[in-house]
Formats: sequence, structure tokens, C-alpha cells
Amino acid sequence: MQVYADNAATTKISAHALQAMMPCFEKFYGNPSSLHTVGQEAKEVLDDARARIAKCLGCEAREIYFTSGGSEADNQAIRSAAFYGARKGKKHIISTAFEHHAVLHTLNALEKEGFEITLLDVKEGHNITARQVKDAIREDTCLVTTMYANNEIGSVLPIAQIGAVCKEAGVPFHTDAVQVAGHLHIDVKAQNIDMLSLSGHKFHGPKGVGALYVRRGLPLVNIIEGGAQERGKRGGTENLPGIVGMAAALEDACANMDKNNAKVIALRDKLIAGLSKIPHCALNGDPVNRLPGNVSFCFEGIEGESLLLMLDAQGICASSGSACTSGSLDPSHVLLAIGRVHDVAHGSLRLSVCHENTEEEIDHILTAVPQVVELLRNMSPVWRDLQNGKREYIL
Amino acid sequence: MALYSEVVMDHFMHPRNVGTIENADGIGEVGNAKCGDIMKIYLKIENDIIVDVKFETFGCGSAIASSSMATEMIKGKPISDALKLTNDAVAEALHGLPAHKLHCSVLAEEAIKGALKDYYDKNGIEYDAKQFPDCAHCDHCH
Repeated sequence: MQVYADNAATTKISAHALQAMMPCFEKFYGNPSSLHTVGQEAKEVLDDARARIAKCLGCEAREIYFTSGGSEADNQAIRSAAFYGARKGKKHIISTAFEHHAVLHTLNALEKEGFEITLLDVKEGHNITARQVKDAIREDTCLVTTMYANNEIGSVLPIAQIGAVCKEAGVPFHTDAVQVAGHLHIDVKAQNIDMLSLSGHKFHGPKGVGALYVRRGLPLVNIIEGGAQERGKRGGTENLPGIVGMAAALEDACANMDKNNAKVIALRDKLIAGLSKIPHCALNGDPVNRLPGNVSFCFEGIEGESLLLMLDAQGICASSGSACTSGSLDPSHVLLAIGRVHDVAHGSLRLSVCHENTEEEIDHILTAVPQVVELLRNMSPVWRDLQNGKREYIL
Repeated sequence: MALYSEVVMDHFMHPRNVGTIENADGIGEVGNAKCGDIMKIYLKIENDIIVDVKFETFGCGSAIASSSMATEMIKGKPISDALKLTNDAVAEALHGLPAHKLHCSVLAEEAIKGALKDYYDKNGIEYDAKQFPDCAHCDHCH
């Protein structure tokens, strides 16, 4: 049995999204910037997709900029706020310790350019509060950027409250909503979100395409210089098939969200309840405010890559924040940020389910994971020391 | 192409010589849980021959496969042969390891040498300290 439980990494494109893309290869192959009929037909398709995506987010079509994905959108949003903040002498940015690297690495680069970065602590409840944001805002803060939900541990941040705090302080607020678009209801106006990044392939759309919502009036700098596409803010001929596929997938995801989430949450909760029975493990992430499909655990005494390989041999596709899966010596910065020590952070497992997963698949996972954990523990000198009392249990 | 060779996957999925030896003649342990790899090797030695070897490993697929392969390579061999086992030989026998996983084969070599050093120490046998890794002062895990 093949069980794909890595939907936070990427999703399978939906039949409808794929079908929606085909005419963009065969009929609407024109360049939307061309003046002729074929080009203008493509432009109409592009405008239509932009309007439909805007509707899903509660914004205007002209507030949507298409990008190559979530990372580019994050880079552009942060770089823009930093550039225009610096012009006013504001060079302080607030973010969180468990952001995606698209955000953290951009902030690292800005730090080298003279910006001061405050990363909010996420140990308490594996989340942040709007109060933390409020307390961190200074006269010279030019941007608050927090993810909408964490990709590894599933915590959903109090975005509307953070938005309200930022609005009151007059500080632009960007959120990386890559894990949330198509999974939770977004209303950028009601939630006071000034900028939002999303990525097509996280909600059964195609890869290589994303979008940045930017509230009208907020200025942008270019990451990609070029032609007049995207109102001059993102050069390069538009990826029309990708954009149209993303629009179809997002519309479907939003239309079926409540129905899908009821199913996905039930599968998630069954997994969490089942895996919690394994001794000396811990659930990572906010147990209440949690992405519908995210399950994240640390198992003491074992290492995550071995776990993934053995699960893969049983047909289960999962992910881990262990060092060995990242190619570095350190385990995931997210697990360290929530206070997991290295020893247990190495033994992490993330399962991310979607509406296409079945009860049978969850049962298969719930049979396989305890077996594999036991097998690996039985060959682990760390586990032996824990059992012999030579080492103290952390979990 | 898969991350690991078929030989690595075979030794990972079906590791040889897993376990411990009671009253082992030599025990070597390298690595630490913080960096995600610990290898522990147990040796039974009779007349300078490694008559039995077992291992326990906390680590990734290549760490487990390296332990398994390395124990196979020294089982039944004289100590003098085991001392000559290099990380390169372990990696080669595994049909290669990804570059960022080569340290796993280094750990296997060091764990075996550590166990042999322990055997020498326990039995008051003199040896040239230079042929053993200085695990206490190595940067890899500290």
C-alpha cells in the first residue's frame, strides 16, 4: 500500500487543475503582453485567473502579483518593506524563530545590511501571541512578518490579532500563508493583512507558481527586473498554465474547504491519538490551533532519517526535521525553536494528510510507525541507556 | 536515483550483527546524541581473533548500514586486520555513500578502533596510541 502523507511538502495536482491548464498550452499559448488577438486572449485568461484568486483571499485583482512560488513572494514582500522602511530611517523587523528559510534567510541577509531583526520566541505553547508582537514593536519597526501556520509543526498563528496590533501601530504586516491558502479561510481585509505569500502546489495546484497579495498603496521593489508584467513589479512572461492551474486549485480548495477539513481533521486526530500511545514521544506544535492535516511527533532514542527510510519501505511517504535529512549536523530550527533539545529533535516525524487520504491508510500508518520505532529503538544504544537508567528520559 | 546504493539499503533494512555481547572483551562507543549519531561496538576476542562482534547504532540509514558492513568486515578476522580497516574500505564495500554521509563510515572505523583500544587497555597490552583516533578531542561530536 502506497500512502502519501507528505502533503505539506507538496501535493498531487488535482484533475480539475490539470484540466484547466491544458488550454493554456494548446489554445491560449499567446504572450499576454502581445497586442494581437492570440496574445490578448491569453491576457483575458490571465486577468480572469487573477480575479478568481483575489476573490479567494478577499482582495482586489490588482492587489495580486504572480511569482514563481512562495519563496519569491516572501523575498519580495520583505525586501520591499525593508527598502521603504529604510528610506524613513526605520530598520527594525519583527518575525518569529520558526519561520520558513525563505523568510529567515532573507532576514539574515538584511541583518548583514544593517537591519535589526527581532525573532519572537515560540517555546510557550509552540506559538506566539499578538501581545508578543505588540511588545516588540518600536518606533523604527518597518515590518512584522510572521507565518500564518508553521510548515513543520502545524501551529496556526493568531493572524487576525497580529494584524490588528500592526494596524494600530501603523506597521506593515506580511504573512507567509503557504501552508494555509486553500486550507483555512483567509480574508486579508478583515484580518488586516498587508502582504501575503502563497504557493500553488500546496493545495493541489502546479509547482513553480505562487502569488503575493499586496494591499493597494504599499510600494514594492523588484526581485526580478524585466518587462512590464505584473504592473512592472515582476519581470518575465507570465506562467499562464501555472497561474490558471493555481486559480482552479485554489477555487476548488476554498469551495470544498469545510467539507474537506471535517474529513482531514478526523484523520489527523486519529493519527495523533494513535501515535501518542507510543511511549516516550511528544506531539510538536499547538495542539488546539493546528493545521487540519499536520501531525508532528518526536520519538526519543531514535533518528528520523532511519524512521523515514523504514516507513518508505512500507509504502509510507513522510518527512522529518532530523539533521540527516537536511544534510547538516543540526536538526530542524523549528524543533529547536520550540525547545526540543538536539537529542530528541533528531527523532522527529511529520505526517501531513489531505482529503484524498483514507481511513485504511491511517490504519496502515498506525500499524507501521510503532513497529518501526520499536525496531529502531531495539538497535539504539541511546534507548538502551534510557532503559537501563544510565540516561534520563527527556520525553 | 535513490539516495543510497542497494548494498546500503540491504544492510540498513537487514542489519547484520545487531545487539550486545555480555562480558565483551572490548567496547567502543563514538558520536553523541546531540549530533544524531552514536555507534557502539562490542567485541569478543580469543587468541587475537575477533570471534564475535555486535553493534548498536542510533543514527541515520548510512550509520546503521556502515555499522553492519564494518562488523561483517572484521568478524572472524585477526586484530591486526581489524586495525587496518579504513572508512574508505567500509564506504567502498557499501558501493559508496553520499558525500555528506561519509562521516558515518568514519564513525564505524573509529568505533571498531575504540573497541580494540578498550580491549588492549583492559588486558594491559601495550600499543602505539597513534593508531587510534583521539575521540575525546575530535571536533566532530564535541
